[in-house]
Amino acid sequence: MTVLGFMAPALVGIGVFFLYPLLSAVYFSFTRFDLLAAPEWVGWRNYAYLFAHDPLAVKAALNTLWLVAVLVPVRMLAALGTALLLTWVRRGGGFFRTVFYLPALAPPVAATIAFVFLFNPATGPVNGFLGWLGVEGPLWFDSPEWAKPSLVLLGTWAVGDLMVIFLAALLAVPRHLYEAAEIDGAGRWQRFRHVTLPAMAPVLLFAAVTGVIQTLQYFTQAAVAASVASGQATTGGGISSTFGYPEEATLTYPLHLYVSGFRYYDMGYANALAVVLFVVAFAVTLVLLRRFREFVGSER
Amino acid sequence: MAPRPALLAAAALLLAGACTPGSTETDVVAPSGGQATGTVDFWHFFTAREAAAVEAAVAEFERAHPGVDVRITAGQDDAKVLQAISSGNGPDVALSYSTDIVGKFCSGNAWRDLTPYLERDKVDLEQYPETVRSYTAYQGKRCAMPFLADVYGLYYNKDLLAEAGYTEPPRTMTELADMAKRLTKRRADGTIEVAGFVPLLNFYEHTPSHVGPSWDLQWLTPDERSAIGGDPDWAAMLKWHKDLVDWYGYENLQKFTAGLGDEWSADNAFHKGKIAMAVDGEYRVAFLRDQAPDIEFGTAAVPVPDTALDRHGAGYVTGNIMGVAANSDNPEASWALIRHLTTDTDAIVGLANAIKNVPTTRAALASPALEADPEFQTFLDIFAHPRTATTPPNAAGPKYIELTQEYVNAYLSGPGGDPAAGLPDLDKRIDQALDLGR
Repeated sequence: MTVLGFMAPALVGIGVFFLYPLLSAVYFSFTRFDLLAAPEWVGWRNYAYLFAHDPLAVKAALNTLWLVAVLVPVRMLAALGTALLLTWVRRGGGFFRTVFYLPALAPPVAATIAFVFLFNPATGPVNGFLGWLGVEGPLWFDSPEWAKPSLVLLGTWAVGDLMVIFLAALLAVPRHLYEAAEIDGAGRWQRFRHVTLPAMAPVLLFAAVTGVIQTLQYFTQAAVAASVASGQATTGGGISSTFGYPEEATLTYPLHLYVSGFRYYDMGYANALAVVLFVVAFAVTLVLLRRFREFVGSER
Repeated sequence: MAPRPALLAAAALLLAGACTPGSTETDVVAPSGGQATGTVDFWHFFTAREAAAVEAAVAEFERAHPGVDVRITAGQDDAKVLQAISSGNGPDVALSYSTDIVGKFCSGNAWRDLTPYLERDKVDLEQYPETVRSYTAYQGKRCAMPFLADVYGLYYNKDLLAEAGYTEPPRTMTELADMAKRLTKRRADGTIEVAGFVPLLNFYEHTPSHVGPSWDLQWLTPDERSAIGGDPDWAAMLKWHKDLVDWYGYENLQKFTAGLGDEWSADNAFHKGKIAMAVDGEYRVAFLRDQAPDIEFGTAAVPVPDTALDRHGAGYVTGNIMGVAANSDNPEASWALIRHLTTDTDAIVGLANAIKNVPTTRAALASPALEADPEFQTFLDIFAHPRTATTPPNAAGPKYIELTQEYVNAYLSGPGGDPAAGLPDLDKRIDQALDLGR
């Protein structure tokens, strides 16, 4: 009883803020529910529509998977590369750390608006500079092909949050391991592969898991970029009418979920989308944990 | 182990009960002649100058009804209103920017049926045009009253037209296409400097909805199935736009529109003389006078197909709507406020003059106090045209319009082809999406 008593606050918190909403979402996913009338049980109908009849859900899922497959590794590589460079800097390390970290402090909405203006194909300085070099810049956020890569560029620019974690992990690798590897004849790549990476494995795992989960929930930047690039950022019809611009290229799964729930008021269907997202995020996390355990285990 | 099903049922009931609106709607209304009293919570979406106009109109109402205190909350959109009503903490009176929501608010009982109040107070609904009556009711239930209306027409830059030798705006789609080409200025590298007309159907206010009445586009059948695939006007409309998009080059248009200012800012491309002709609402007249006083512009009805000149003069109309929340504590005073703002000629004219939207009652339209210069008068004429139409209300809100928009965007950016081949698929998608909410 004493143990339960001490755990009670946490159990109540988990019950009220995690289990209850989760069970509610599962229940509502089997109903027709528009916030107004009482939920009506419809069985698997929402799931059948999701998997068989909603091309936007497929498009949104593919867009999100594309971002997971590209944005997460690119951000991790960029953060690791920047952190490695900073460990080699002899003078002014603090200055460069600050400079590379600063973009992470910019609010996502402000940063996205700034990026859309910088990358404006007609008036933005990026294409102006490319034109000066004799290269015709793409349409960036206005192109179905370039809109997602543009979001990756935005994510890579604001990589400071990951960089400081990686930098701390790099600086925490015991020096004697490098010295021992060097005595054994290990080159720079071998030291990185067999000393640095295994030592950083828990941090990399953390970055990968949180990165995947965050990207599965990718919302703000895609919403703002679409709204600003479409030229209707303040439209009276509701900002969600511009989500996905151009041609649903930036319609991520959470955006589709939001539109289904709060623009079309298909709350039952939105909950079905949410349950699938939860299952996918949970499964991906399990797979990542297992893969990293294997990776770390093989080094021991 | 027996209690398990009961436990599950109880949990389901708990979940359902926790998340459904606590409606207290009743059809019993007080006898006529009573004086409304008490507090009314009024939520609307307006901000800044327009919010001030609403405040002034409400102050006038409070002077006429000293027993009523109206608490105004500005900047509230439909989603917030709906969530608040469903949680039982919503406003007494809500003002929505979109007629798209009427079907949802009426069929879901978020707003009260106003029929008992209208009958008791002998409010004449014939004072509103047929289209306005249609977008404030759903399946026979009148849960909304029209605030002000938005009407769409064609704006044209007189100086740019004069430079190209034109003195009149286009009346037919052929004229519009010809003029658009002649008014377009390209740079040496082929990029667009000034566009005669941007034919992308997701550019500013140029959308399938807003040009629908000009092409006589049908959206839904009476039993609320998609009518798009069975309506040959859709294919004709898409073909006309695709031809003009191809003349400009889709990439060229995307690059051009990407460099234009936001629609709702002072950098709007029409304000800047970057486009010669554009589809827009009557409110643009006030924005132009305020933000671009040097632009010499004229207004006209949106052109029609060459064989449908009898339809010229009609246009798309939508509007702001008001309703009494189902769980309002003070429906009597709420109705009094709505009645004042939607039927009192002085109040409507005052709001129309301040917000620069179209008044909805015939008396307000005919009022000498209504400020209407020739540019604004065009929209009053479109509003009064018998063929002026709107998109049909639906319980799923704007879903069918946005699915169509998605198809149209893809068609205009893609290889084209016969749109009649893709429209039946669109019908199927719309029907399946609408079935989800039925």
